[in-house]
Formats: sequence, structure tokens, C-alpha cells
Amino acid sequence: MAYSDKVLDHYNNPRNVGSFAKDDANVGTGVVGAPECGDVMKLQLKITDDGVIEDAKFKTFGCGSAIASSSYVTELVKGKKIDEAMAIKNTLIVKELNLPPVKIHCSVLAEDAIKAAISDWKKRRGAASPAAPADKAQQG
Amino acid sequence: MLKTPIYMDNQATTRCDPRVVEAMLPYFSETFGNAASRNHSFGWQAEEAVDKARNQIAALIGAKSKEIIFTSGATESDNLAIKGIVEFYREKGNHVITCVTEHKAVLDSCRALERLGKASVTYLPVDKYGMVDPDAVRNAITDKTVLVTIMYANNEIGTVHPIREIGKIAKEKGIIFHCDAVQAVGKIPVDVELDQIDLLSMSGHKIYGPKGVGALYVRSKGPRVRLSPIIDGGGHERGMRSGTLNVTGIVGFGAACELSGKEMPEEAARLKELRSRLQAGIFERLDEVYLNGHPTERLPGNLNVSFAYVEGESLLMGISDVAVSSGSACTSATLEPSYVIRSLGVNEELAHSSIRFGLGRFNTAEEVDYVSDRVTREVKRLREMSPLYEMAREGIDLKSVQWKS
Repeated sequence: MAYSDKVLDHYNNPRNVGSFAKDDANVGTGVVGAPECGDVMKLQLKITDDGVIEDAKFKTFGCGSAIASSSYVTELVKGKKIDEAMAIKNTLIVKELNLPPVKIHCSVLAEDAIKAAISDWKKRRGAASPAAPADKAQQG
Repeated sequence: MLKTPIYMDNQATTRCDPRVVEAMLPYFSETFGNAASRNHSFGWQAEEAVDKARNQIAALIGAKSKEIIFTSGATESDNLAIKGIVEFYREKGNHVITCVTEHKAVLDSCRALERLGKASVTYLPVDKYGMVDPDAVRNAITDKTVLVTIMYANNEIGTVHPIREIGKIAKEKGIIFHCDAVQAVGKIPVDVELDQIDLLSMSGHKIYGPKGVGALYVRSKGPRVRLSPIIDGGGHERGMRSGTLNVTGIVGFGAACELSGKEMPEEAARLKELRSRLQAGIFERLDEVYLNGHPTERLPGNLNVSFAYVEGESLLMGISDVAVSSGSACTSATLEPSYVIRSLGVNEELAHSSIRFGLGRFNTAEEVDYVSDRVTREVKRLREMSPLYEMAREGIDLKSVQWKS
């Protein structure tokens, strides 16, 4: 299976790898996927009080397409308002990275990660939106 | 000078040895006869070449040449052995014993028989090293058992089963014993008499011979094993496998067997040394790496390692000038992680993180050093990118996390 140039580029030069301090009130953290499925994405968004994503970082355990999807998403959301980011569809990621059908789940996971991070941010600010899915992994 | 890409996937297939190619060349367009043509010299010469190969192959496994039935490869040999025995002995019983880490050619032949209502099958578990317990084989035998089929050595993790003990039990109980020995033949000593094997599958391309040719050994005496053919036609190969013989392939297969037999002691020792070198290079520089398979009872050229917190396909992508394989779901057609690694009872995550290094005749120490450097560097890079590695460093028990996917 050949990888697209864009997947290879993100895999070899991933953008915005790293972590923010989890206790920063402006940071929302989304962790989606599961190790036994072979994919875990952690996306962190630093969001201003008026709801603009000013910075993003990720860490991903997963195949090259999963790494590329999360790397691309960190670039994509920066500067966006949270409702704009919530509207991002996985199909956009599929198109940009030229993902084959077997890798579509990577883009779905990246979309879920955005939603999970924003919902975490809202929750932490005590303004959880009822519409936001609460699919952040919880430590139990 | 090191040449890339490096091929280190010798349990998948091997490069045809130039000496094998040399032996085959005349049989494409000079000696091209049909070995079944009985009335001219073209046929006689082809038959002579096939007879020579039959002897070479039989000699490698301690068999008689007439006990070698040529097939298209080990998948066909496994199908013929399992389906052919169950069909032929259907009045005696319908129970088959196998194990969960067998090759798909064995497992899916068994499942096909179950689906057709022709057999009931016991799939024995393996221990944490991937080894089947001979006592479990003994305990699984019923008065309906007609066949025990256990592989000699596993293709993914390299574990060598206690075949001689299993052969002894099968013999004691009068049950036919089939062994898929594709990975073992030519690599470690295999002897159908000492191991008391009644049917044995082998393949050309795993031992530096050509693809598309294999054989099934079928015991002729003590007991004489009979089976129903699965391919009908001109009655070649004592009626067990019809079809014009692949003379060129068979000549190559024979030559490959002779070379493997002759060079086995030196080659096995050399591969073990290369493997130790590779293993040391990886294990000394990385923490949380785990050996899959048995620490000692394993194929000389096989090293299977799980790199915790790193997904296998992403690692393969990072070492793109090295050809190895992974148990990761992302590299399989089924999108399921390796059933062999999962059967060892390790964390599911470690199946996704496993890499198989398959060392072979043409690998060098220089290549091994290059691969262990590349792997070490890439694992470190990917771990820096892995949320699981970060969580583990923070002291979070990953098993206590409720994941949502």
C-alpha cells in the first residue's frame, strides 16, 4: 500500500507534537480511541476566553494515517472559533490527506478528538454545552 | 557497501538462491517435456529430473522418494492433507485436533470441514510462548479422532512445538499425524521417522527455492496413509494430486532442499548469531520491548518483538528501507491484529505493536546493525509522539483507563 505524499509529509514532519499543562484552565484535552484498537489520539486545544483556538498540540499512538490526521487537524483548527472547529467533518481530512477507504476511521477519530477537546474545555469552564458529545476518555 | 532496501522478511518468502536458479534454467526451454509423457525422450528426461528432485526432497526429511506428492505449495498441501484424510476416513470418525496458532491454510481448511458438517474440530490453546502442550493433545483425543494436525514451527513467532512428543502420542493412539512444516524444513532437523509424522507439508519458496511449488509427504508404511484427492484429473502423483507437474519448479525445489540440508548446521548457527546481535542491539537500547515466542525453542532466523506504546504499521513506515512485517491490524487484510500474538495472552495493544524480523541466508551483520539502529531511533521518535508512552511515564496504569472508541 502506498502512502500519499501528504501523509508521508505529516508522518515525517509532524506539526505541533507535544502537550500543554492539563490543569491550564484555557486548555481542553480530548483523548479518543483505545490501545486494543491500535489507535489513541490525544488532542489539546488552547482556547481564549472568547472561544478562539489559539494553539493546538497532539500525541498519537496509531498508524501513519492516524498520526497524519491528527497532525493536520492541529494546523486546521488554529485560529478557528470553537463552533467553526466543531463543524469540521472527517471528509475534509480524508480529502486533504488522500486517505484510502481502509483509513477513513483515522479521520473519524481526528474529528472526534476535536469535539472531545472542545467539550472538555467547555466542561472545565463550567459551561458544558448539552450538544457536545462527552467522549473524552476518563481515567477510572 | 550496504544496499537498501534491506530484505528481512524471510518467513514470508525468500530470495531464490542463484544456485537454484542455475539448476532450473535448462528446464524452461531445453528440457521442457511433460513428465507424464511415457513414449518419448522429452518426457523421460522430465521424469528423470522430477525423480532426482523427489530424492533430494525425501532425503531432507528422512522419507522415501515415492512418499513425496508434488503440489502447488503448502496451502494446497495443507488442504489436501486435512480434507483428504477427513474425507477418506469418514467412516472411522470425524474429529480433528489442531491448535489456535496454525497457519490459515490449516485453520480455514478445518473451518470449511466444520461448515460442511464433515468434521468437528478441537482448537487447542497455546502457552505464553506459543507452545502447545502434548498432554493437551493426548487429552483431546476421542474414539472419533481421525487426525491431529500441528505445525512444526510457527511462521510469526518462530516457536517450535514439541513435535516428537506429539508424534509419539498420535502413534500410540493410532491417529494420523499431519504436520505443517513449512517454516521448519531446511532450517532445523526434521525427520518423519524420528518425529513419527504421517503427513508433512512443505514449500519451495521458504527455503530459497521458487514459488508455486510444494509437496506433501504421505507415509507409505507403518501405517500406509490413504487420502481422497481434492483435485481430480489425470491421476498423477499416485492418484493423490492430478495435474501436469511443474517440472522447472520441482527441479528448483529439489536443488533448494539439497542445499538447505547440506548447509543447515552452519546456516542455523550463523542465523542464531545474527539474531542475538539484532536482539541485543534492540533490547540494550530500548526499555519496554518484549520478545514474542519461545526464548530458546524457536526458529534460528526469527525474532518477533513488541515495542510497547508504538503502533506497528507506523514503525514500519518509519523504517521504510527495511522490509519486515507487523502483527498490527493496519497491515493485515482483515483489519484484525495478529491472532497468533493475541493467543499468547498478552495485552491486545502489544499485538498491534509487534514486528517480525525474518533473518535469512543473504542477511549480513552489517544489515543487522543498520536495522537495529533504524528501529531504535524510530521507536524513540514515535514514543515521543505517543500519548500512551506519556501516560505510562506519568505513572498512569493504562489498564485502569476506560477508553472510548
